[in-house]
Amino acid sequence: MRPFHYERPRGLEEAIAGKTEAARFLGGGTNLIDLMKYDVERPASLLDLTRLEGLREVERNGEGALRIGALVTNADAAAHPLVREHHPLLADAILAGATAQLRNMATMGGNLLQRTRCYYFYDRQTPCNKREPGTGCPAKDGVNRIHAILGTSEHCIATHPSDMCVALAALEAVVVVRGPSGERRIRMEDFHRLPGDTPERDTTLDAREVVTAIEIPAGDYGRHHTYLKLRDRLSYAFALVSVAVAMELREGRISRLRVALGGVAHKPWRVKEAEALLEGQAPEEECFGAVADRLLQGARGYGHNDFKIGLARLAIARALHQAAAAAPQSHVAKRIA
Amino acid sequence: MMHHPLIGTPQDRVDGRAKVTGAARYVADFETGAEVLHAHVLNSAIATGRIRRIDTSRALAVPGVVEVFTHENRPRTAWFSSAYKDDVGPPGKPLRPLYDASIAYSGEPVALVVAESYETARYAANLIEVEYEAKPHETDLLKQLPNSYVPKKRRSGINPPPRPKGSAASALENAPVKHVARYLIAAEHHNPMETHATTVIREADGKLLIHDKIQGAYATKHYVCSVFGLSEDAVRVVSPFIGGAFGSGLRPHYQLFLAVMAAMALERSVKLVLTRDQQFTIAHRPETWNEIALGAKPDGTLSAIRHKAVGSTSRYEDYQEAVVNWTNLLYSAPDVELEYELVQLDIETPSDMRAPGAPLGAFAAESAMDELAEKLGVDPLALRLHNDTQIDEVMNKYHTSKELRAACQLGAERFGWRHRPLAPRSMRQGRELIGWGLAFGAWEAQMQKHAARVMLDAEGHCTVGVATADLGTGTYTILAQIAAEALGLSMNKVTVLLGDSALPQAPVSGGSWTAASAGSAVHDACARLKAELLLAAQTRNDSPLVGAKLEEVMFDRERIVLMRDPMRAVSLQAAFAAGGRPRIVADGQAGPDQLTQLRYSSHTHSAVFVEARVDEELGQVRVTRVVSAVAAGRILNPKTARSQVVGGVVWGIGMALHEEAMPDHNLGRWMNHNIAEYHIPVHADIHEIDVIFAEEKDLLTSPLGVKGLGEIGIVGTAAAVANAVWHATGRRVRELPMTIDKVLGLTPARTEAR
Repeated sequence: MRPFHYERPRGLEEAIAGKTEAARFLGGGTNLIDLMKYDVERPASLLDLTRLEGLREVERNGEGALRIGALVTNADAAAHPLVREHHPLLADAILAGATAQLRNMATMGGNLLQRTRCYYFYDRQTPCNKREPGTGCPAKDGVNRIHAILGTSEHCIATHPSDMCVALAALEAVVVVRGPSGERRIRMEDFHRLPGDTPERDTTLDAREVVTAIEIPAGDYGRHHTYLKLRDRLSYAFALVSVAVAMELREGRISRLRVALGGVAHKPWRVKEAEALLEGQAPEEECFGAVADRLLQGARGYGHNDFKIGLARLAIARALHQAAAAAPQSHVAKRIA
Repeated sequence: MMHHPLIGTPQDRVDGRAKVTGAARYVADFETGAEVLHAHVLNSAIATGRIRRIDTSRALAVPGVVEVFTHENRPRTAWFSSAYKDDVGPPGKPLRPLYDASIAYSGEPVALVVAESYETARYAANLIEVEYEAKPHETDLLKQLPNSYVPKKRRSGINPPPRPKGSAASALENAPVKHVARYLIAAEHHNPMETHATTVIREADGKLLIHDKIQGAYATKHYVCSVFGLSEDAVRVVSPFIGGAFGSGLRPHYQLFLAVMAAMALERSVKLVLTRDQQFTIAHRPETWNEIALGAKPDGTLSAIRHKAVGSTSRYEDYQEAVVNWTNLLYSAPDVELEYELVQLDIETPSDMRAPGAPLGAFAAESAMDELAEKLGVDPLALRLHNDTQIDEVMNKYHTSKELRAACQLGAERFGWRHRPLAPRSMRQGRELIGWGLAFGAWEAQMQKHAARVMLDAEGHCTVGVATADLGTGTYTILAQIAAEALGLSMNKVTVLLGDSALPQAPVSGGSWTAASAGSAVHDACARLKAELLLAAQTRNDSPLVGAKLEEVMFDRERIVLMRDPMRAVSLQAAFAAGGRPRIVADGQAGPDQLTQLRYSSHTHSAVFVEARVDEELGQVRVTRVVSAVAAGRILNPKTARSQVVGGVVWGIGMALHEEAMPDHNLGRWMNHNIAEYHIPVHADIHEIDVIFAEEKDLLTSPLGVKGLGEIGIVGTAAAVANAVWHATGRRVRELPMTIDKVLGLTPARTEAR
């Protein structure tokens, strides 16, 4: 990898002050260091945040919102009693991702910022608009099995690879960030962006902002949730399609529904109109197709990934069924239930 | 008194402790001091064409960079491609790394950076600017099928298909029941845990000590001496541990050439370890297309077999493997036409990968047999047994032994095959459809010429030496068992030395021949050593063994015992004292028996039974149960033998469901060149695997009765999975891997679009 400066800021203020366009914050490093070895990320300096105080807490405030510090590891978050009790959907989604070793290193803040797994993005000997703007997107008519079917642009069809973020989107989490002008709260739906004509930008985070926490509002979905992930092997593979569902039921009818899709777009994919279709309805299987139709409206394939449209439809129906039946997908069993 | 048997008993790996504690040294573990230079390869970004300009100045300017080699400044080495021929290379002109400006495939080395540290070398490689002049390339096998050809020169060791028997075409026309279909298997890349690497230690006298990831130390030695014009005594190759290779280490790869070139030019020690991504630039199992036609009488008797396979190869070598012959080896038919052709693509030359050719042909043939059984309305096992043959109809020879039927019976019983409903979609549990499928498999049982040396000292310490490699297969352990049993020693008294070109000569370890060949050579050396030891024991006139012949004594618990009167015995210590020598050394050898080979054909066989569970709506496949019943001669060590077969089965499941090298035909480049995106099975994909060995007595194949187990585990597995998936779902997937989209029918079959 290229030579770089390694710095250990003593506090958030110092970290923010030291952050330039050419610097990167270092969390668990599970993605950033790989990308540096591949010469895809070329930071002039790494600002190691992992020893900072105050970013490692998991707490619940008076309104029942859960606040998870940016430096909490994925493994710790998934195992934390507050997360397991109040937001098992998040714990499940985290456990569906990567491996135990990676989850032990990866941080919540870093996971938000992980970059696409597009083959071309990783291979500096091929063109890629996300890596080198203006060079082109060979994925569009190349190998695109893992690529997006929604929200793509002519410049980029990459997906966001996180499982955690799909659950956070369904849970309407808020990303708390700090920058030179103080704290800012970004709704999950606004945090990641679509590629448009600037695919090099994954998020709406400013260059000098740092993620400090993730806040998840109180939910009342009980066991009516699921994170269903379909992939090319049963563990340690990115989602072809994943579905996070949180379903609140009142007297047998859906009072509130949140659905987010992973593996299909440059960001976790939500369509509020699709969720609204079922609100006030009994969770009957016949209605699930309409939700899928609305979620997948405008979907298009690029060849290898054509199947994702059909697969997503099936996955949405199954996930809604699992949530309605209070039978969330297990991430320990060696099977899809 | 009972002799304590070691052969045939489960024994722990003798190198197990060294491996789990890190004491075992792999190629990259050698010479980690500051005196060694580190090299990193820059690979080509284009598939064909030439380098117009290459600018290394920015790389050279990096502090710590010692040299950057390109085709423009490389040292002079052998000129003619014939000098680059290795022991098992296919016909053609081997790759000559950095030879000139031309590019033969995406990933071919274009520069080598040598630096004081690995990180520096890797960083500097990124600073090299290459300007290419790209030419049109072709990497699509299916597009090139019309240009397939029969290789002009056959590859040594690979039998081309036999001449046609009768007329398959007219027999097929007249067959009352027929099945014709195409089957396609994706290219796969070898991904051993240890990537390919070479450490060249340049000694004070200029001699080279080379640690290379190779399946046989002599293969590296021959290549290096030939390419660099070095004398035999100037090169020693020592590779005691190989972290898996699966055929990718049969041939020397570019990292060996480049590391030796740099070491010689710079007069320094050099280490070159390929990255995981670069592992996708040296070798692969070729994408292979099959078309198969089976004709049968209404009672299921096969009347015709036509099986054609087309495999991909590079532009510079005609890589060949046996894909179609197995079909007629397993099943008898009067009219048979087997064809094997190649298509040249702008890719690196494919290479042998575990059971090269066999699982590709078996996927086609064993899927087709299942489809025929469906058309006939018969049990697929019954159809197979009905057409089973005790004669090798390909070579027209008898088998030395073939206990496939016995294996089949054991496997079927263990699996519960007789409870299988004939119709697909008959079994389900919850949302999952359950299917049972099976397939047969076969692989060659070969002997290759091997030499071995055994040394014994008065304390009963025995050292065994053979140049062959242990690729993780268990060779260290079985050779220790053979020597310990022959000499009446406990296992811990035997030290086995392998992977060193200073040891008695052996070819590369491959083709499942090592246990039979190296084992027999050690056995032979031990027999000679025993004769000398007996002579020593008889030196004194009052020896209790006076007059005893070798066959009248046994070696047991460090004593030589007269069998008819066990009270008459001489301890090893006494024998050595009497003989007056501190140690006895004996050389042995083993090789193929010409006469046996003329008369007989020798193979291992398997019957693989698979249970697959498929989520009916979502297409997710689980292989929940596998019984692999194997007939493979004498089993030296049931524990390591089982591991070999389990490894093959896991890989077969991967071939069926996961493994696929994905080419971008626009760029002419494999794109999923890392193990995050190139999928092999993980623990979550693997459930119960049961291995059964059918008893098979066969002293014709090898003196020890051993046939070899390296490949048979994989051969029929993928086909059995496909057959189980069909039985579960009623959907026939003819293209591997059977990913979720293919199982659901969401992705159109590529062979049908033709």
